[in-house]
Amino acid sequence: MIVAVRRQRNALVEPALVRWMLIGMTVLLLCVFLLLPLLVVIVQACKSGVGGYFAALGDSDTLASIRLTLLTAAISVPLNTLFGVAAAWAIAKFEFRGKSLLTTLIDLPFSVSPVIAGLVFVLLFGSRGWFGDWLSAHDIRVIFAVPGIILATTFVTFPFVARELIPLMQGQGTDEEQAALTLGASGWRMFWHVTMPNIRWGLLYGVLLCNARAMGEFGAVSVLSGHIRGVTNTMPLQVEILYNDPGQYSAAFAVASLLALLGFVTLALKNFLEWRHGDELAAVRGS
Amino acid sequence: MSAAILPRASTAMKATAKARVTRRSRPPRSALPGFGLSLGFTLTYLSLLVLIPLAALFLHAAGLGVTGIVRELAQPRVLHALGLSFGGALAAATINTVFGSLVAWAFVRYDFAGKRLLHALIDLPFALPTAVAGIALTTLYAEGGWLGAPLAQLGIKVAYTPIGIVIAMVFIGLPFVVRTLEPVLEDAEKQLEEVAATLGATRLQTIVHIILPSVLPALLTGAALAFARAVGEYGSVIFIAGNLQNVSEIAPLLIMIKLDEFNYAGATALAAAMLVMSFAVLLAINLLQSWNRRHG
Repeated sequence: MIVAVRRQRNALVEPALVRWMLIGMTVLLLCVFLLLPLLVVIVQACKSGVGGYFAALGDSDTLASIRLTLLTAAISVPLNTLFGVAAAWAIAKFEFRGKSLLTTLIDLPFSVSPVIAGLVFVLLFGSRGWFGDWLSAHDIRVIFAVPGIILATTFVTFPFVARELIPLMQGQGTDEEQAALTLGASGWRMFWHVTMPNIRWGLLYGVLLCNARAMGEFGAVSVLSGHIRGVTNTMPLQVEILYNDPGQYSAAFAVASLLALLGFVTLALKNFLEWRHGDELAAVRGS
Repeated sequence: MSAAILPRASTAMKATAKARVTRRSRPPRSALPGFGLSLGFTLTYLSLLVLIPLAALFLHAAGLGVTGIVRELAQPRVLHALGLSFGGALAAATINTVFGSLVAWAFVRYDFAGKRLLHALIDLPFALPTAVAGIALTTLYAEGGWLGAPLAQLGIKVAYTPIGIVIAMVFIGLPFVVRTLEPVLEDAEKQLEEVAATLGATRLQTIVHIILPSVLPALLTGAALAFARAVGEYGSVIFIAGNLQNVSEIAPLLIMIKLDEFNYAGATALAAAMLVMSFAVLLAINLLQSWNRRHG
């Protein structure tokens, strides 16, 4: 009987040797694929020493690219946050026809190549685009200028907040809001005092991911930027230009290290949120 | 007589069906405010930013006519780029299916040192800007790089070849498979495994016949998501690709090149072809997920 029990337990876990092999392979693969690229950035950025590092970051073109990246994120992230909350409110709290179609359409930008995201705005606002003549008649520049960069960034980061909030708010239902209304709260009061506290961590989570993508977007912005140094270069584009210049190799990695830091902080905050408020994000993680 | 019973039976059936529908769909009719405002804003914003621009692309493509599109696509350089993007993405998704299953399994079922740190790193490809990933992978796999040097001694050239492209695509696709698979593996019923073991199944038989079928839809969804992302990926791929015409030139880069040459027709045709194929994958993912919900 003891033998039978032991046989049964053995049939529920893998042999120790197999287990250690699987763990070893996992650790090795993740170190090679995730840890090494991060280490390379740090090591390369440090190669020129502290002085070289800060000289690279203090370059006027680089500073301009940092300012443009911050400006782009400061416009596109709030816009998409507002949209995400509105979309999640409509989709999660109400029943209407075409809801699943709408949900699918919101995810659309995820399956569009960043380069194509840039291209569609060239077709609309470029010199040969639909609005090209009108724009040039009014002397408004969209393509190869800052508005185009912001448009493209907003397009590629469009679904992030909505995607986090929809499943979360669907899981929470409408009972608490109904109760607030019954007790006489106004619509806005109900939203700020009942809905917002319920979704704040999920919202923050979505905003973080949206912001990381907005600051790091490369392909879409690359199509629309025109690569004018100091004017229409965002940080990722500045990295590309410096990287392709043989003398600026370490400078490229210095700027890249700032972006890597952004990614790293995003990741740390994301994991902190999952660890600290995991129960409130449960619906998000399951999706 | 049967005619008299039948309508009643169908009414009863309808009633139960109706009851089931109302029970399933959360609020029957919501009394909450803000529906018009939120839906109106959502639809306007979605249309202005996403739908109209994408429609513009397809209208431009339609303006080329069928022969025009075929002429733009049927060039060896274009066909090679499309083949490389889709072939590379397929290879990367396949590798990620194996690699992602292994990682998800190890994280869900085992405990080991450094597990939390590594688990936190899984989403790095989502958080790290693609251009940074691109130059980091290139430096790593270039001939003098940490991994490129030993690989070169084995006679394997990674950077500036299609292998490099696949490596970059594996990098950006990995979290999709792991993140889709993990919750399903966590929810998998241990009881079924116990039953299988009691009935005399070996561990391998249990994994192949009990666990694999139950996680298969999630695995396929994750692989399809990784595939869709890899097809259109630009930033992390172009640095390591080397971008040799007809060798390592991916479709998104070719769109970029055609735009730089003011060949709008060529860029539009290629983009439309890529989008149609990506949407087909998206449709497949949606069907898979609804199938998953019905069987999960």
